[in-house]
Amino acid sequence: MSNVLVLVDHTAGAVRKTTAELLTIARRLGEPVAVFVGEGVSDALPALGQYGATKVIALSNPELSQFLVAPKAEALAQVAAKIEPSAILISSNAEGKEIAARLAVKLDSGLITDAVDVVAADGGAVTTQSVFAGNFTVQAKVTHGTPIITVKPNAATPEAAETSPEVEEFDVTISDVAKTARIVESKPREATGRPELTEAAIIVSGGRGTGGDFGPIEAFADSLGAAVGASRAAVDSGWYPHAYQVGQTGKTVSPQLYVAAGISGAIQHRAGMQTSKTIVAVNKDPEAPIFELVDFGVVGDLHKVLPTATEEVTKRKS
Amino acid sequence: MKIVVCAKFVPDATADRRFRSEDNTVDRAGVDGLLSELDEYAVETALTVKEAGDAEVTVLTVGPEQAADAVKKSLQMGADAGVHVLDDAIHGSDAVATSLILSKALGKLEADLVVFGMGSTDGGMGVVPAMVSERLGLPAVTLGSEVTVDGQTVRIRRDGDTASETIEGTLPLVLSVSDQANEPRYPSFKGIMAAKKKPVETWSLADLELTPEQVGGSSAWTEVVEVTARPARTAGTIVTDEDGSGAAGLVEFLSTNKFL
Repeated sequence: MSNVLVLVDHTAGAVRKTTAELLTIARRLGEPVAVFVGEGVSDALPALGQYGATKVIALSNPELSQFLVAPKAEALAQVAAKIEPSAILISSNAEGKEIAARLAVKLDSGLITDAVDVVAADGGAVTTQSVFAGNFTVQAKVTHGTPIITVKPNAATPEAAETSPEVEEFDVTISDVAKTARIVESKPREATGRPELTEAAIIVSGGRGTGGDFGPIEAFADSLGAAVGASRAAVDSGWYPHAYQVGQTGKTVSPQLYVAAGISGAIQHRAGMQTSKTIVAVNKDPEAPIFELVDFGVVGDLHKVLPTATEEVTKRKS
Repeated sequence: MKIVVCAKFVPDATADRRFRSEDNTVDRAGVDGLLSELDEYAVETALTVKEAGDAEVTVLTVGPEQAADAVKKSLQMGADAGVHVLDDAIHGSDAVATSLILSKALGKLEADLVVFGMGSTDGGMGVVPAMVSERLGLPAVTLGSEVTVDGQTVRIRRDGDTASETIEGTLPLVLSVSDQANEPRYPSFKGIMAAKKKPVETWSLADLELTPEQVGGSSAWTEVVEVTARPARTAGTIVTDEDGSGAAGLVEFLSTNKFL
């Protein structure tokens, strides 16, 4: 069977759920080979083995983390040249997409981004993407070179397939030109204790209708064990950080349940949440376009509806 | 300093957007289009840099005839000159081919600072800035939410998923900015009148020493196999809140659907 490269998404060895999803998808296409960049490979090993990595290639050159993505793309290109994979899978986040973009140019290969599903077919992988604000579904394939595919969170349900992969250290050479964009300072975001927005099963988002008070949104989210999101209007008003923005210029999410509170449902927002499985909205305006999308909608004031609902949910759960 | 903004002409997101049935490419000619909203932030960034020092701003677009509108809007905002790469053979180009065309044009323009928006509002891959940086061998600082140009150094703040980072590089360089970077200006009446006299050049592939075989649909390295319109969501239940009935109904819905 052919090798399929998976770039491991991790923080200091703690493997993110998206990597388990990528490994699960990689097994449909061939034998998953995990590429681990940075420190902590021994911590990551059990998780990588659990989801079927047949081998782990470890790159620990410190220059890989000091600079932006260019060195990582160079390293991956060197790994690809050695093991000649039949496809390369990378998480579809800002860094992953940039690495993939550079890799496509380096390897003279076709690139598909933001896949929400990948299946094996005659002649290679076929991907599914959601485009035009979720109004169309497109199936595509790479026709030249090594298919490079970035995959969105929740594209697959991680399936365990225990292996005991060996770790192979791999020496990479980083060119001077790849070291020209430096990370001067990095301030880690404060942990909220809530699930990661793009990976959450439930998301509660607030918009202009909050009037700047995200208290009821956060309380309702916490009662459901949900992540908190925000519309562009709320972010532009400075009410919630941009990292939590759902929409075209923020995150695209596809949770099991999406609750939009005080959000009118402009195209820019719909682009980020339209493919959610179940959609619920609370809005004072009965004409708000968000109500066209909902499975269940409440015409009412979120400041009244959400606190009462939070109390009831908490009561039922205890 | 020579600043070049790469701007894209896209179908209007608030109007009808569709694919051409004959080749599954985005229909750009038969629908209403405009300068990608996200590229307005790139134009604004370039104009701000220009106003703080000495620079010339050229807007570069690749696209069908209507794409001239994207150039025009940028000139009205205050860019000094425009370049439109127009060639029938470009139709169907994927991101890799588009980055090739842009790189050739940027080389010809001898750009010191290349500015992109964070992505287009149609394809939305957001990969072209990195590809252009790779092809030109220039540093790239991307997705800036705050941009400072200080002599030869470009510094940005990038608000990532796990950290807020300060990133810097030295000119010549490729920069992309997010929609948090600034508030794009509206063209003034004076700007609209002045735009009519600004130079716009139209370049063909031959002008860039590219052949039709290097770009376009036939040389695209990806292929759309199938396009399906997403079925409209079926109408849900809508209740009006009266004395807490809305909350009760909401919790009941969540419970019935096993979210509790």
